[in-house]
Amino acid sequence: MKPRVGMFAFTCCEGCGLAVIECENELLDVLSLIDLVEWREGLSEKANPPELEIALVEGSISTHADEQKLKAIRERAKVLVALGACAHTGGLNALKNRYGMNQVKQMVYGEAGAQFDTIPARPLSAVVPVDLFLPGCPIDRTEFLSVVRDVALGKAPRLPDYPLCVECKKKENVCVFFQGRFCMGPVVRAGCGAICPTHGDGCEACRGLVSHPNEQAHKETLAEHGLKVDEVLMHFNMFNSYQEDQPA
Amino acid sequence: MNEVKINIHDVTRVEGHGDVVLDVQSGEIKELKLAITESPRFFEAFLLGRKWYEAAHITCRICGICSVGHTSASLQAMENALGVEISDQTLLLRKLTFAGETLQSHYLHAFYLVAPDLLGVPSVLPLVASHPEVVKMALRLKRLGNDICCTVAGRHIHACAMKVKAFPKVPQAEDLLALRQRLVDSVPDLHATVALLQTLALPQFERDMEFTALHHPEEYALYRGEVIRSTKTGDTAIPDYKQQVREFVAPHSHAKHVASAVGPYMVGALARFNINYDQLRPESKEVAAALGLQPVSYNPFMNTIAQVVECVECTLDGIEFIDRLVDMGLHEEDMTVEVKAGRGVGASEVPRGTLYHEYAVDDEGTIVDCNLIIPTGQNLSNIEHDMRALVPQILDRPQDEIALQLEMLVRAYDPCISCATHLLKVEFV
Repeated sequence: MKPRVGMFAFTCCEGCGLAVIECENELLDVLSLIDLVEWREGLSEKANPPELEIALVEGSISTHADEQKLKAIRERAKVLVALGACAHTGGLNALKNRYGMNQVKQMVYGEAGAQFDTIPARPLSAVVPVDLFLPGCPIDRTEFLSVVRDVALGKAPRLPDYPLCVECKKKENVCVFFQGRFCMGPVVRAGCGAICPTHGDGCEACRGLVSHPNEQAHKETLAEHGLKVDEVLMHFNMFNSYQEDQPA
Repeated sequence: MNEVKINIHDVTRVEGHGDVVLDVQSGEIKELKLAITESPRFFEAFLLGRKWYEAAHITCRICGICSVGHTSASLQAMENALGVEISDQTLLLRKLTFAGETLQSHYLHAFYLVAPDLLGVPSVLPLVASHPEVVKMALRLKRLGNDICCTVAGRHIHACAMKVKAFPKVPQAEDLLALRQRLVDSVPDLHATVALLQTLALPQFERDMEFTALHHPEEYALYRGEVIRSTKTGDTAIPDYKQQVREFVAPHSHAKHVASAVGPYMVGALARFNINYDQLRPESKEVAAALGLQPVSYNPFMNTIAQVVECVECTLDGIEFIDRLVDMGLHEEDMTVEVKAGRGVGASEVPRGTLYHEYAVDDEGTIVDCNLIIPTGQNLSNIEHDMRALVPQILDRPQDEIALQLEMLVRAYDPCISCATHLLKVEFV
């Protein structure tokens, strides 16, 4: 029996679900391995019965309604996978947490903002247990496919826990620091094939940090390359402000 | 039918979350509501205090499907704020990436989201078995759009290499030429798409409405335009966009709506087609004629057809842009930017319509003010007016069919509710 899979989106750009669909060359093969029974963005069908083997969930949790819906999905699913930075680290959405919720509502919508139900954005794991996460903004298609293959073979998927620089060196890229730009590669979890440095841009840490990052050394390196302290911190917090804001 | 109660929770096959509620009693509409249930994300709050070079990479994350579109409007706004000029090479590379995104987004909408309605199935999944060749063709066409973005800018969703002033790494001529060949080879698929659409019937519905799009005298405006053009209120300079795009709080809804000086208006492929028909290539006009689309079309369901016409335009544009880039010879460019205080507006015709970004930065390049106006926010009021006109015309049909027609109408606009920067809960009563 093929595993019954549902895809769900919370507070996000829905780009990770789209990244799954952008596996065009492999999509029919993936669909032959699974039974995709629910996905609001692409299907009008609803899972019947509601039980799922796998729930793929993107987005962070930023309203009370999000919270209730996620808990309901958790009850339906044997395995819950967090797809992408918003679900994994809270992502960009958590940048609003540094303001008061009433303040952000007032800033964007004025008086009319009062009607919104908005709470500080959190990763999925802050609300329910998460079995597996796929990092990145968006997720990496190749990594997604290798996880699908592992699951189909009954293997536990393993994510890299070494810095991005390892992949970047393998690609023989010229280090972007030498091109006068800055990069989060030394402290960030690999797995994306160092896609941003490969295309001439510095890593922005969307995949989160490795388990034991040398943050202080990296901050010093960034400062050496002419960044001011607040700019250094910005590079750390673009996708990881939720983690930075947690009490140690 | 005199009594109708429809409550569609989470309209499917659209980007983002929205509900449709319709309550008809004794043949009279008591309640008609397109409620946006998407969680707001407050980009305009947390962009403040960020640096000039981060704006495009943060705002592209507003939307996965039109990520290149947000990047394009953002870069133009920031370059206008900082007084940065871009080279012909950068302009062509951006337009090529933009064409790639337009192709992938339009194919996604036409094949995955709309075609199931026309073929009487709930999603694209049953078509894998019943129409395998169509599904494979859709995958092929959409892949090409994505691969254009990947080759030029690293990836489609949240492109790495689109930055202020230039591309930090330019593609190789041979990779562009390989794309060129695939674009040429995709033309038969485009013709097959047209032939398929000729066998399918779209709902007949017309309503007099205002259309708005960017206009450029020398090109079919997508990545950029020269002015904002309206079929009812004429031309507006892009920096004066607030003259055309008026946000107001509707008294009955506690919600911000968008309207022009004369009322609600439509943006998107159909608006562009109606306004910029003269700038289309002859091949695109031929396809429009073959599909029964001519300007000015007042049927919003024809938006999908206008998207297919734009796929022809973007395919031929892509070939032309690559030829010009290869002829010019690609070279690395200086990325140095002189940071100074300023304010700038940028606008692009993203797949779903006109997108505006506006930023002000201080003399250290820190963002101190910003405003983002997305296409779906502009269309919401117009969808309401369409629904109010459509419902009385179809009240004699079974309730399921009324619900499907309303969902199809919402889908025709290809709404992108995830772009929730200014979307407030909209209640039409």
